[in-house]
Amino acid sequence: MSSDIVDRITAHVPSHGGSNKKLTGVAQFWLVFRYISLFIILAMIILPIYVLVINSFKGPTVYLPDALNLPKHWTLSTWPEAWAALGVPMMRTLFFVVQSSIISAIIGSINGYVLAKWRFRGSKMVFTLFLFGMFIPYQAIMIPLVQFNRAVGLTGSIYVLVLAHVVYGIPICTLIFRNYYAAIPDEIIEAGRVDGASMVRIYRSIMLPLSIPGFVVVLIWQFTSAWNDFLFAIFLTGGSPSLAVATTALNFITGGMQINYGVNMTASFMASIPTLLVYMFLGRYFLRGLLSGSLKG
Amino acid sequence: MSKGKSKAHGGITSRWGGFFFVLPSIIAVAIFVYGMIAWTLNISLSNKNSSAVHNPKFVGIANFTGLIHDERFTHAFGNLIKFTVVFIAGTLISGFIMALLLEKGIKGEGVFRSVYLYPMAISFIAMGTVWNWLMNSTHGEGAAGINLILAKLHLSFLQSDWYVSPKSSMYAMALPAIWQMSGYVLALFLAGFRGIPDDLREAARVDGASEAKIYRYVLFPQLSPTFLTVLIILGHISMKVFDLIIGISGKTYITDVLAVYMWQVTFDFTNYAKGAAIAMVILLMVAIVVIPYLRYVNKSEEYN
Repeated sequence: MSSDIVDRITAHVPSHGGSNKKLTGVAQFWLVFRYISLFIILAMIILPIYVLVINSFKGPTVYLPDALNLPKHWTLSTWPEAWAALGVPMMRTLFFVVQSSIISAIIGSINGYVLAKWRFRGSKMVFTLFLFGMFIPYQAIMIPLVQFNRAVGLTGSIYVLVLAHVVYGIPICTLIFRNYYAAIPDEIIEAGRVDGASMVRIYRSIMLPLSIPGFVVVLIWQFTSAWNDFLFAIFLTGGSPSLAVATTALNFITGGMQINYGVNMTASFMASIPTLLVYMFLGRYFLRGLLSGSLKG
Repeated sequence: MSKGKSKAHGGITSRWGGFFFVLPSIIAVAIFVYGMIAWTLNISLSNKNSSAVHNPKFVGIANFTGLIHDERFTHAFGNLIKFTVVFIAGTLISGFIMALLLEKGIKGEGVFRSVYLYPMAISFIAMGTVWNWLMNSTHGEGAAGINLILAKLHLSFLQSDWYVSPKSSMYAMALPAIWQMSGYVLALFLAGFRGIPDDLREAARVDGASEAKIYRYVLFPQLSPTFLTVLIILGHISMKVFDLIIGISGKTYITDVLAVYMWQVTFDFTNYAKGAAIAMVILLMVAIVVIPYLRYVNKSEEYN
C-alpha cells in the first residue's frame, strides 16, 4: 500500500486487447462496452474545451445556436482585440507567478527536508497545524489580510499577490516536499553524518541534487493555482485596473455589459493557454501535486 | 523515539537543529493563518458594519444571529446545501464509474486518463463563458448548447432552464463542477484499486467467486478509505465554491452561495462585520469536515 500514488495510477496493467489469448464472447462484449462508455465520457469531457477553442476562430459575431459547429471561415480577427485587453494583465500575472512559485518552492523544500528528516519535538504538531492551513476557506483571513497589506503599505503593488501565494502556499509546498523526502532512505543521511556533514551540508550536497522532480511538482502546482486564482486577486487588488491579472481582467471582459461573444471566447481561451500548455507537457507532475492535496499515499 | 537514532522511515530526531529552519514558516502560518482567523472572528463579533465605523465595539454574537434572520443568507445557505449534495453524489458516481471502466487496464488508458483530468488545469473564470453558453436556457427553436444537443438526440423533453430557473439553478451549477472534479475522483479511485494486492482477487477467483461478487465483497470494502478521502475532499471544496459561480452566472441572487455573498457583503456593501461572520460560518463548516480527517490521517501515518 505504501507505493507511490502516482506510480500506482500509471502502473502498466496488461490490457485484454493486448493478450493473444482469444477472448470469450462475454469478455468481448464487456471490452466493447467499456470502450463505448469511455468514448462517450471522453466526448462529454472534451465538449467544453472544444467549444472554447473553435469559437475563438470565428470572428466577432458568433450566433449561439452555431456555437457547436466548426467555423465556416477560420479567422484570427478577434485575437488582437482580446490581446489588447488581456496582454498586459497576462504579462503581469506571469511576472508575479514566476516569483511566487520560486519562493514557495524554496521554502517548501527547506520545511519538507526538516519535517521529513530532522524532526524536532513537536514537529508532527507543526505539520498538522500547517496542513489545516491548506483547507481553510480564504474568506476567513481575507479581511485582516487586506488590512495588513494596507498597514505595511503593500496595497497598490502586485507583491500583495506574491505574499499571499507564498504564505498560503506554505502548507501544500511543505507537504509535497515532505512526502518526497520521506521516500529517500535515511541511510543516505546517516552516511552523510558519519562523514561529518552537517544538516545544511547534507541538504546542499545530497538532498538538493535529488530534489529536481519535487521542485518541478511544486513549481507547476504553484504556477497553475496562482495563474487560475481569482479569489485573492479580486480581494487584494480591489479590482483596480492597474493591478489586473489574467483572471480578473478576463472576468471584467466577459462579465461586462458589452456582449461580444467572439472576443469573450477568444479571451477565455487566451487566458487558459499557459495552464493548458503546462498540463499537456508536464501533466504527470501536475497530477502529483493535485493528488498530494488528498494527503494520502 | 530516542535522540539521533534513525528509524526505517521515521527520519532523524534532533533536538532543535531543524526547528530554526522551519521557524520563519511557523511564524508566517501562526500570523497569517491562525492569527488572521482570530482577527476575523474578532471583527465578526464587532459592530464594524460600514467603513464609517472607526472604533468598532464588541457586540457579541449579534452578527451571527442577524444572519439567521437574513433572507439572503439562508437562501445562499440552502443553495449551497443543494449544490453540495448534487455535486458530491454526481462526482463520486461518475468518477467511480470511470475508475471501474479503467482499473483493469485498457489500450489507450493514458489518453483517457489525461483527457479526463484536464478540466482541473483550467480556471472557472475562463470556462465560465463556455458553460454559460452550454447551459443556455432557450428551448425549442433557437436552442443552443446542451439543449440543442438534446434536441438533436431527440431528447427535447430533457431540455432544461438550467441556472435561470430557481428550481434547477443549483443542480445546473453542480454540472460544471462535476465535469471538473470527476477526473480527480477517478485518479483517487484508480490508485485505490491498484493498491489492492492481486492475491486477494486471485484467492476469491480460486474460491469460485463470480467477477461481480469479487467486486462487491472483495474489492469495494478495500476502497472505503479512498471513499472517505473523496468525500472529505469534495465536501470542503464544495463549501468554498466561488469561481465557478462568478464565472458562469456572476453575482446573481438565484445562484447565490456563501462565498459569493461574503464577497458582496464585504466588497460592495463594506459591511466587514457581517462579511467576517459569513466567513466564520464557512470556516466552521470546512473545519467540521476536515479536522476529523486530519486526525484520521495523522493516526494512520503512525502505522506506516
